[in-house]
Amino acid sequence: MLRYLLRRVGLILPVFVAVTLLSFVLIRLVPGDPIEVRAGEHGIAPERLAELRHQFGLDQPLWQQFLHYEWQVAHGDLGVSLVTRRPVAAEFFTLFPATLELGLCAMVFAVVLGLPLGVLASVRRGSALDYGLMSAAVTGASMPIFWWGLMMILLFSVTLGWTPVSGRISDLFFVPPVTGFMLIDSLYSDDDGAFRSAVSHLILPAIVLGTIPLATIARMTRSSMLEVLGEDYIRTARAKGLSGTRVVVVHALRNALIPVVTVIGLQVGTLLGGAILTETIFSWPGVGHWLIESIQRRDYPVLQGGTLLIASLVMLVNLGVDVTYGFLNPRIRR
Amino acid sequence: MKHGVIAVACAAALATLLGAATPSLAKTLVYCSEGSPENFNPMLNTTGTTFDANRPVYNRLTEFRNGSTELTPGLAESWEVTEGGKVFTFHLRHGVKWQSNADFKPTRDFNADDVMFSFERQWKDSNPYHKVSGGGYDYFSDMDFPKLLSKIEKLDDFTVRFTLTEPQAPFLADLAMDFASIQSKEYADALLAAGKPELIDQVPIGTGPFQFVQYQRDATIRFRAFKGYWGPAPKIDSLVFSITKDAAVRLAKLRAGECQIMAFPALADLPAIRADASLTLMQQPGLNIGYLAFNVQKKPFDDVRVRQALSMAIDKKAILAAVYQGAGQPAKNLIPPTMWSYNDAVQDYPFDPEAARRKLAEAGLKDGFETDLWAMPVARPYNPDAKRIGEMMQSDLAKIGVKARIVSFEWGEYRKRAQAGEPQMVQLGWTGDNGDPDNFFTPLAGCHDGKPTVSNNAKWCDAEFDDLIGRAATIADQAARTTMYERAQVIMHEQAPFFMIAHSVVFMPMRKEVTGFKMSPFGTHQFDEVDLK
Repeated sequence: MLRYLLRRVGLILPVFVAVTLLSFVLIRLVPGDPIEVRAGEHGIAPERLAELRHQFGLDQPLWQQFLHYEWQVAHGDLGVSLVTRRPVAAEFFTLFPATLELGLCAMVFAVVLGLPLGVLASVRRGSALDYGLMSAAVTGASMPIFWWGLMMILLFSVTLGWTPVSGRISDLFFVPPVTGFMLIDSLYSDDDGAFRSAVSHLILPAIVLGTIPLATIARMTRSSMLEVLGEDYIRTARAKGLSGTRVVVVHALRNALIPVVTVIGLQVGTLLGGAILTETIFSWPGVGHWLIESIQRRDYPVLQGGTLLIASLVMLVNLGVDVTYGFLNPRIRR
Repeated sequence: MKHGVIAVACAAALATLLGAATPSLAKTLVYCSEGSPENFNPMLNTTGTTFDANRPVYNRLTEFRNGSTELTPGLAESWEVTEGGKVFTFHLRHGVKWQSNADFKPTRDFNADDVMFSFERQWKDSNPYHKVSGGGYDYFSDMDFPKLLSKIEKLDDFTVRFTLTEPQAPFLADLAMDFASIQSKEYADALLAAGKPELIDQVPIGTGPFQFVQYQRDATIRFRAFKGYWGPAPKIDSLVFSITKDAAVRLAKLRAGECQIMAFPALADLPAIRADASLTLMQQPGLNIGYLAFNVQKKPFDDVRVRQALSMAIDKKAILAAVYQGAGQPAKNLIPPTMWSYNDAVQDYPFDPEAARRKLAEAGLKDGFETDLWAMPVARPYNPDAKRIGEMMQSDLAKIGVKARIVSFEWGEYRKRAQAGEPQMVQLGWTGDNGDPDNFFTPLAGCHDGKPTVSNNAKWCDAEFDDLIGRAATIADQAARTTMYERAQVIMHEQAPFFMIAHSVVFMPMRKEVTGFKMSPFGTHQFDEVDLK
């Protein structure tokens, strides 16, 4: 097991270096200079441009800039934002709780709905319910998040007035950030109704962000259940005279869940990708929102550092899933 | 039946949970703003978003009267201009209180030390704050202050004298611009002693109508009315900037009552806003110009007849109707009609393809020619869709035999290449900063020692024009300046270095309960006179 673990951790290092290289190169392929982007119609005097480029090390050859960046990263320094001049890591960790909170709620929404719907579809295979659910799942999985978010806002917030349009909490509440998780901070706030406001602000973005994982989980659960339901031991269980519910929940679902757990683990990447769009639509002040803005501003250190931190997170979750699997299924350790 | 009861119970619980989750607070105005500020020091920035976020906190020596380009006294109660417009002596206001926060309690009122500090920070390397927060004072440099200022002296605690290297008529207006905001020297000293000087640009202390409370990155900026404000007390108790980058979402929030006023609506949403009974749509001609510059250093645009021909070949009205959709007025001069010295006697070139063709033939280009036509990749306040405009121009020009190829680059690259003089024809524009005509003529069409200024994209230098705008900038007599600028506009019209497209109209949607908001000609947003019914 230890060897397996070491091998997996050993694989992370090259991936880590590749991510730093890719994020470094790709961002520089986007046209536009971070200094000139900020100049506006006023333009910028060539001397001032040269001074700023020198100040940020942008006048060095690319390979030197990259080596310098790697050296910084190796020392745990992700640099400072070209725009705000604050450390990238500090900015990331200030905003990350918002993304995590949204991601967790979206995941809970997706799992809580996705599993039963998948099971239901598999049990009623071939019925109108099955077709209905699976068509909805295909639609859900291929829904453009931006359009979906705006439609939800128009329907539930503007037309029906049931949910707030955007943000994490009503602007009228002043909740000082303690943990960074609005649900927790608002619970401890003196303001009556702050927690309710925070919950109501989470509903739409969590649904929008959770839609694709929900659809994926429902489809995966259905197909995995169908496979398991055809196994001999299920027939045996039925033959023993067990109740339908017990056969499905205890015998079939438990076994069908194994591939579903993997899919749920893989959804972390989807969620973080989706968070970028969802946060933009709902003005959710998380890292996705922050990264989009830094692309527009060509804030290289923020983009590099942010991408690296997110990639590290995904790698960590994948490692966790792999290791758990190693425990659950000794065959894959070889 | 059982399921039905459970569903009703769940719905009721959800409704209770969500219902009325709004606190009953004092009068709070929520403004849906378009972006996050870079920091809380207007000296370090050039973007309107950051200026808006700073304006509630700070004051300047002179101020623009809310909703106009007219100057009023700010932290300077009065001033004298002597030695032919080279020396400005300011008498500072007494009893102006500084705001405070948990870490700083001021022990004195505003005085000349604060003025000295605020300008020396931007001007002098020796100032301990010069390099703090990156130390880039682009606006100060853009306005040529490092060359313009000869010395600043504190004559006593309430008198400061600025001596310039040459007379500069717009100087008083320059001082009303955001970069000239006044910071507290006492606060700066305290932070320096505490080893945290950069906090001055993150947790601002000013003398303005609102006091900074908290900034949550990418979410909200909170201010509360400053009780010690020297001017008329704000009518609202708190001001919240709710940062919402997407225009469609800003509008949704406005309609849902989550904010009472919003910035920058999408043009496509204007009919819906007008149709909504709970909203008001204010509008005002912007202090801006969208133009197509002919690069006079490139053939065939070095020939004035070619420039005039093309000016007659493009159907401006069609562009206004199709692209600006009523949110613009056709332009014939570089400065907008709301600005003093606007020369209304100038007759715009008519749309006349026949005359254009004859003019081209006169210039020896009977069969037309090939050229590039640059179109910006982004929407700007003065030009909502440069590519569409480019296509319309392309089609008009084809009718007189001019084959135009539309070229576009990433925005930063676009400006850099335009600045370097690469295009033959380039669309660009400008929004005024200080309401002075010089702020349009010099940067957009001026030359120094025969060399075009950085933003003179036509690369056009005309000795008489430059002499006029140069002299006009140095005299204080507005009537005399007006005569000079009027003449300058005639020269510019005859020489046609630009095809003037439009001055756009700026819109500001708000809820019906908002009163007292005035639209600024500069496109800025100010809330100290706003009230809620």
